[in-house]
Amino acid sequence: MKLRIPIRQILNYSIPKRSNHSYCLRPSIGLDSDLIEIQNVAHDFAKREMYPNMAKWDEKQELPLDVLRKAGEMGFGAIYCSSEFGGSDLSRLHASVIFEQLSMGCVSTAAYISIHNMCAWMLDTYGSDNLKAKHAEKIASFEELCSYCLTEPDAGSDAASIRTTARKQGDYYVVNGSKAFISGAGTSKKYFVMVRKDDGQPGAKGIFCLLIEDGMEGFSFAKKENKLGWNSQPTRILSFEDCKVPITNQIGENGYGFNIAMAGLNGGRVNIASCSLGAAQKSMDLAIEHLKIRKQFGKTLSNFQYNQFKLAELATKLHTSRLIVRDAAKHLDLGTEEKVAMCAMAKLHATDNCFEVVNGALQMFGGYGFLKDYPIQQYLRDIRVHQILEGTNEMMRLLISRDLLTNEIFWPN
Amino acid sequence: MFVFLSPSLSLFSSFFLCLINIKMRILVGVKRVVDYAVKIRVKPDKTGVITEGVQHSMNPFDEIALEEAVKLKEKKLATEVVAFSFGGPKSAEVLRTALAKGADKAIHVTVSDAEAAKAEPLHVAQALQKIVEQEKFDAVFVGKQAIDDDASQTAPLLAGLLDWPQALYASKVEDGGAGSLKVTREIDGGLDTIKVKLPAVLSADLRLNEPRYATLPNIMKAKKKPLKAIAAKELGIDLTPQTSVLEVAEPAQRKAGGFVADVSELIAKLKEKGLVKA
Repeated sequence: MKLRIPIRQILNYSIPKRSNHSYCLRPSIGLDSDLIEIQNVAHDFAKREMYPNMAKWDEKQELPLDVLRKAGEMGFGAIYCSSEFGGSDLSRLHASVIFEQLSMGCVSTAAYISIHNMCAWMLDTYGSDNLKAKHAEKIASFEELCSYCLTEPDAGSDAASIRTTARKQGDYYVVNGSKAFISGAGTSKKYFVMVRKDDGQPGAKGIFCLLIEDGMEGFSFAKKENKLGWNSQPTRILSFEDCKVPITNQIGENGYGFNIAMAGLNGGRVNIASCSLGAAQKSMDLAIEHLKIRKQFGKTLSNFQYNQFKLAELATKLHTSRLIVRDAAKHLDLGTEEKVAMCAMAKLHATDNCFEVVNGALQMFGGYGFLKDYPIQQYLRDIRVHQILEGTNEMMRLLISRDLLTNEIFWPN
Repeated sequence: MFVFLSPSLSLFSSFFLCLINIKMRILVGVKRVVDYAVKIRVKPDKTGVITEGVQHSMNPFDEIALEEAVKLKEKKLATEVVAFSFGGPKSAEVLRTALAKGADKAIHVTVSDAEAAKAEPLHVAQALQKIVEQEKFDAVFVGKQAIDDDASQTAPLLAGLLDWPQALYASKVEDGGAGSLKVTREIDGGLDTIKVKLPAVLSADLRLNEPRYATLPNIMKAKKKPLKAIAAKELGIDLTPQTSVLEVAEPAQRKAGGFVADVSELIAKLKEKGLVKA
């Protein structure tokens, strides 16, 4: 069975004729008609609902709930979840193509949508039927927002060292501890929290996942963090003081929390990298338009070879990023052995390179690039964090090197 | 419900039903055109515009016509919405979009790309006429014009061919009672409200509604909806063009202006060019 899927995909892989007036960075290149259709829908949505508002959302630091609900109606709330519980039943590759488009409209909001999707998938994949029946449709429609809660003030990259504990007491878990850098905190209704069983093992094996809802006794938020970017979504510290959570809210088995958290993050890395692609794409478009209009020394900036060559380098960075991200998405779809390393490579390469693309595009705008009246600085501020979260890019190197050093090499001597 | 055993029963009841509501089957014409956001370029040989490898989409006015038909179905005023397209193989794409936006079925009247490039509104109207006659529709909705050739002829030609009343440039559509539609049209200097008896042909204007997005689940469901293809030749349509294109050219480039020293020089120049009376 597994073999047949890639062959079908190869057959579907259409190479459309090169058009007379669409450049080599067109995001639809290499996609089949099915993906292009969905890409067009996401593009329209980003263009009409998001892009005109992204500066306002950034300045006012508001999460556009109305637009999220519309995104829910579109099927963007649970893209790769089963349709049985309101999901759109699409692949990771579809999701990547969608997030890339949405992030052109607003990186921060698109990235939040991607986090929400990651949580929806965790519920869809590991949750009990009862939990799914109760929550999944409200999540898919964005009626209720989700947050992913792994990081703690003292446990970042070393995620297995988390100290938030859950003690079983009758039909409840009593949760104590705190979670840091939680996207959507305060606005979200549902929190997918990784906790350690108080009598469990140390390290990754003692962790399990709990669905904690806003309003549960003993659950509180700290003040909203002030951030460089990602301003359309709130970030806060969560605190649990003897917070009582029904044991039926457990997602997956005991000891599986770390696996769930990491499985979620594989997809999260592809999603976040896809958001970097969108920012880089739009920055390139803005820069190309600017280069053709802005004149210095009596000619347009596009006539300077330095700018031409720089543009070519940035385009190459963007294209290689897109290839590696879409390839990682395919690995996730097929569930290959190498998916962890592939997602890590995609995230490392795409978020680093796309940051350079946006930064290079900003440079072409000169002083104007530094002004908040122009969108390019917002793309720069918004994607900077992609090199840090969902596992820092340093941790990506760790994952990739672990794969290299612990597995069989290709041609042993 | 009383039952009268009278020969006029069926007549009476159908009249009665008409009074309650209209149950229409609507055929909606959708055309695949170069997307409105694309910068149009003329072919070097000046025979037309470049369409190869260019982003195409459903004609925006047809999208509005489709949205209105789907809304009527949601209001239970229509029973079925069928999308129609006349064109080359790729017109199937806009039919899929129409199915994703709420059409129940689709009919593709196929011609080759070369024939499609030369097709005229009369050919499209004739194809619509054949389909209406074959499948018994109560109304045909189309956009007021296609944004590629801006001909605005398909709807009136079709009304003429079918000998149906027409409601063109509709900006509001309501149930007119007794098997009719009440249609508001934007005309110079105000609004014109007319009542058309069904069956009728309607063309949609810009402000009739705001078309919905195709949602992801509906895009997936649309793949399972029926899409029937019929060759235009099978319908017996003569595709011989009635017009020939002599030349397609870009609009003239705007020329640079000049400066004048004062108002009297300006007026002298304007007079010289005949722009103000001497």
